[in-house]
Amino acid sequence: MLNTVFIIILGSIMLVAAFLAVYIKNLVSSVIAAGIISLLASLIYLLLAAPDVAMTEAAIGSGLTTVVFLLALKNIKQKEEDTDD
Amino acid sequence: MIKQVLSLVAIVLLAALIFAPMLINTPLHTSLTPLANYYATQGADDLGAPNLVTAIVVTYRGLDTLGEVTVLFIATAGIGFLMGKKKKLITPKRPASELLQNGASFLLPIIILFGVYIFMHGHLTPGGGFQGGVVIASGILFMMLINQDWSHNVFLFLESFSGFFYVTIGALGIVLAGGFLDNRILPLGTFGTIFSAGAIPLIYSLIGLKVGTELVGILHAMRGEE
Repeated sequence: MLNTVFIIILGSIMLVAAFLAVYIKNLVSSVIAAGIISLLASLIYLLLAAPDVAMTEAAIGSGLTTVVFLLALKNIKQKEEDTDD
Repeated sequence: MIKQVLSLVAIVLLAALIFAPMLINTPLHTSLTPLANYYATQGADDLGAPNLVTAIVVTYRGLDTLGEVTVLFIATAGIGFLMGKKKKLITPKRPASELLQNGASFLLPIIILFGVYIFMHGHLTPGGGFQGGVVIASGILFMMLINQDWSHNVFLFLESFSGFFYVTIGALGIVLAGGFLDNRILPLGTFGTIFSAGAIPLIYSLIGLKVGTELVGILHAMRGEE
């Protein structure tokens, strides 16, 4: 029962983060919001007794994917600065 | 405005179509399917791995795992081909701060040790090659942040080395045991110790190295772009 309550709370925060990721104007914040979705998803997997999936989701979803998105943003910004000059 | 309303209606309709059947008649599984039942009852005796998920991922469904590693390899090769052409690194506008430098060099060995622990104990505890590999890649990312890069050739060598031996061990299973990627080419050992479950620790360590070095390759290619 307590598990269900936690999952519902985490799921609602995930929904909010998903809307933020789409509608926030600042791209860095939107990447962080996407990372938060994965982090909460990994918590839900843990509550559903799937620690293997939870570890994968936490490491890849919220860790590495966020970094790859940030690196891509950095590359795009650098290109824009180069064309402005 | 009309476009937005129409797309919203389309999304809601689609979601209803997908999720309504799930809500209405979700069958409540009270027993395992025959295959899952076999895994749950015979898996530990068959393969000697306490963590059943690892036994399924590495041995029963080993071919799928080989496919996943291949998909990751193709993705890395594509990113390297598209983004890694320019050799010039981005010159940082300022050197990394002292806090970051000291913190990263302190945490790096611990993170890598933790990654190695995860994939060495894949058959005993949750986690395994993929998780451990990603943890190692995030350790290497720390090193990239403080601009203290190792030669990328080390990672390229490790990647091809682990990939080659993964497939070789898999092929040995055809000759020495029941089939491709069978873990019983080595003795099963005592149930629950680190050197047990046949070749599972070996195979998962190689997968961990392969995944880790492939992800480092992705980070390297994305960072090295001018």
